[in-house]
Amino acid sequence: MSDTKNFMFLNRRAPYGTIYAWESLEVVLIAAAFEQNVSLMFVDDGVYELTKSQDTAGIGMKNFSPTYRTLGDYEVRHMYVDKASLEARGLTADDLVQVEWEDWETEESVDNIVEVVDSERVAELLEESDVVFSF
Amino acid sequence: MSDLHTVNKSPFEKNSLDSCLRFSKAGSAILLYEDGVYGALKGTAVENLIASAVGDKKVYVLGPDFKARGLADDRMIDGVEVVDYAGFVDLVEANDKVQAWV
Repeated sequence: MSDTKNFMFLNRRAPYGTIYAWESLEVVLIAAAFEQNVSLMFVDDGVYELTKSQDTAGIGMKNFSPTYRTLGDYEVRHMYVDKASLEARGLTADDLVQVEWEDWETEESVDNIVEVVDSERVAELLEESDVVFSF
Repeated sequence: MSDLHTVNKSPFEKNSLDSCLRFSKAGSAILLYEDGVYGALKGTAVENLIASAVGDKKVYVLGPDFKARGLADDRMIDGVEVVDYAGFVDLVEANDKVQAWV
């Protein structure tokens, strides 16, 4: 049996109002450091985690949204966003951060690993994962 | 005098905003803060909640919370007023009491 598993992080909470989004990001970074195949899924209020232009200066909390943009450097290869969740919130892909990814060895690169998918695809991706971490 | 009602939960996750609007009287002040600010965004599935409330209630959003979440003021539902922390205090002072819909 391979030591590498497909980890899926299922994010369903808005940032800042609760600690879930930040905790998820912490565990994602840990999992990536252990060289697992890490993917992130954003559904429901989780899609708010990826909005551009977050500015927390006025609320005295750390702005952790720039960290999402670095996930490509931690070899996170996929970040999926549920289309229906975005639409219900009046958002589009243009409202979300972009995350670049590059393979250091092969120099293969992807401009943006944030991918908007439909609900059926969300279900498939969750089922295909070995482990789903829920936040 | 009337009451200040506060909502700090996302309208997509809890029914706090819905209940607040159902059980607050005309003339009330409603302040959305923390994750409650998402209720003030245009073009959402719950836009109608606030859009229909601004007629007979005064709706406020705590600006720093809106900004923290990457939302621009021009995407706020018409008739909603932005306040800062001092404005929050003014609202508390100007109303009889504060009722929190948590």
